[in-house]
Amino acid sequence: MAHQIVVLGGGTGGTLTANRLRRAYGQNEANIVVVDQNDRHIYQPGLLFVPFGLAHPEDIVRPRSRQLLPGIELHVSPVDKVDVVSDSVHLADGTVLAYDALVVATGAVLQPHETEGLTGEGWMERMFTFYTPEGSAALEGALAHFDRGHLVVNFIDLPIKCPVAPLEFCFLADWYFHERKIRDQVKISFVTPLDGAFTKPVSSRALASLLAEKDIELITEFNTGQVDGASGKLVSYDGREVPFDLGVIVPLHGGAPWVSNSPGLGDELGFVITDEHTLQSKASPNIFVIGDAAGVPTSKAGSVTHFEGEVVTENVQRFLAGEPIDGSFDGHSNCFIETGFSKALLIDFNYGTEPLEGHYPTDVGLPLLKESRLNHLGKLMFQWFYWHVLLPGREVPGIKSSMPTSGKKKPVAASSQPVP
Amino acid sequence: MPSKMIAGEDVELTDDGFFVHPEQWKEDMVPDLAKEEGIDTLTDQHWQVIHFMRKEYLEKGEGPTVRVLGKTSGVSVKELYQLFPKGPAKVAAKIAGIPKPIGCI
Repeated sequence: MAHQIVVLGGGTGGTLTANRLRRAYGQNEANIVVVDQNDRHIYQPGLLFVPFGLAHPEDIVRPRSRQLLPGIELHVSPVDKVDVVSDSVHLADGTVLAYDALVVATGAVLQPHETEGLTGEGWMERMFTFYTPEGSAALEGALAHFDRGHLVVNFIDLPIKCPVAPLEFCFLADWYFHERKIRDQVKISFVTPLDGAFTKPVSSRALASLLAEKDIELITEFNTGQVDGASGKLVSYDGREVPFDLGVIVPLHGGAPWVSNSPGLGDELGFVITDEHTLQSKASPNIFVIGDAAGVPTSKAGSVTHFEGEVVTENVQRFLAGEPIDGSFDGHSNCFIETGFSKALLIDFNYGTEPLEGHYPTDVGLPLLKESRLNHLGKLMFQWFYWHVLLPGREVPGIKSSMPTSGKKKPVAASSQPVP
Repeated sequence: MPSKMIAGEDVELTDDGFFVHPEQWKEDMVPDLAKEEGIDTLTDQHWQVIHFMRKEYLEKGEGPTVRVLGKTSGVSVKELYQLFPKGPAKVAAKIAGIPKPIGCI
């Protein structure tokens, strides 16, 4: 009998996994159904560029159905819950789908209501998020009319999708106001709950000096407890205040709501409790998790999802064949960090190795942690790559899932003692 | 690594003051550890958070973040900041003798 494979979510992870599995199995070997609540696939990296007029919302949205290979059914409905005991998915439209293997790829959702005041007075007027098509489009209008004042960029807390995006927003804003010849009229501040510009020492130092170079103020260890849109200020839990004229705020993130409705599957924030190397749910061996939905200690980013795809696809097949599961996912992640003026940085890291300097994927590749035009071109080309290579689940010559080390410089430990 | 006498015992700490060996922690060290962080009087709520941090660490291998603490400890984030003004997750982790909570990238 044909295997029943259900994939929840038709975004990056769900689409590339469904396509890879469709290639792996003949039509009579497996039925593959993808479930999503709508038929709009958003190229999420494009959202960053919309506020600056560098991309348009309609250019970054395509039908989900058309990214799926023939022989994959798209079922449009929200998910109500998964019952791990009876191996079935219950959809909001009343359909019940039984599965032999389930792939969870429902991503992360924004939770602006969790922060006091954020969706109150001033929301979508003087404070915005660029993490939705509506928000980024509205922000384009607000930026166009912003001639002077204080622009504050803040993310409330990790985890967030693409954790470098708020920094990129600052860099692009610096470029944007330079282009409009009003940079001296605008103060830009980056307000973060972290104790530095980024999470890990080497990249945090590099990004902090880039902020300083571009005259962007860095305010650290700021845990936003309240956003006051009426008077225009962020208030931290420990009572500090940052006033703003225009606030660009990345709300808290959580897992898809159905996860919390499915006992045993998720953590406190609604992310699926997942083995970080096999990408198997800890609730049940026939459930695999890919992308932002997974509670694993690496970035919530498209590149991670791409690298996870190989292990997830392999493990679904191994599980269905009764073979041992592959535990080789290493948390590999890389991100282009747009720095404005047609330049970008690239960072590359995994569970055990922080972002380092050097080159990717080898000594003669793209420069790491260093501004270059080549990286900017890489970022622009990525959109083509996304629709035509990554989503169809094609192999990329020279790019492996696991993190390459040959081009990287080893860090000098900051706390190392001189030899006497 | 600096070491320090706490409640009569020699304890190894990291440069920023977290326990290197969480198993060296004992409950009677808590008042001294709290004083170091500027907390002179420990309320029941302080103890509730400290015990919760300890339990989470022993079960999961890492301490919870402020947001997770607010959702699961029975004490809201606002109250957590009143209890540990210098940052609940870090300060409570120090007092509970567990490693610094690491948010992911």
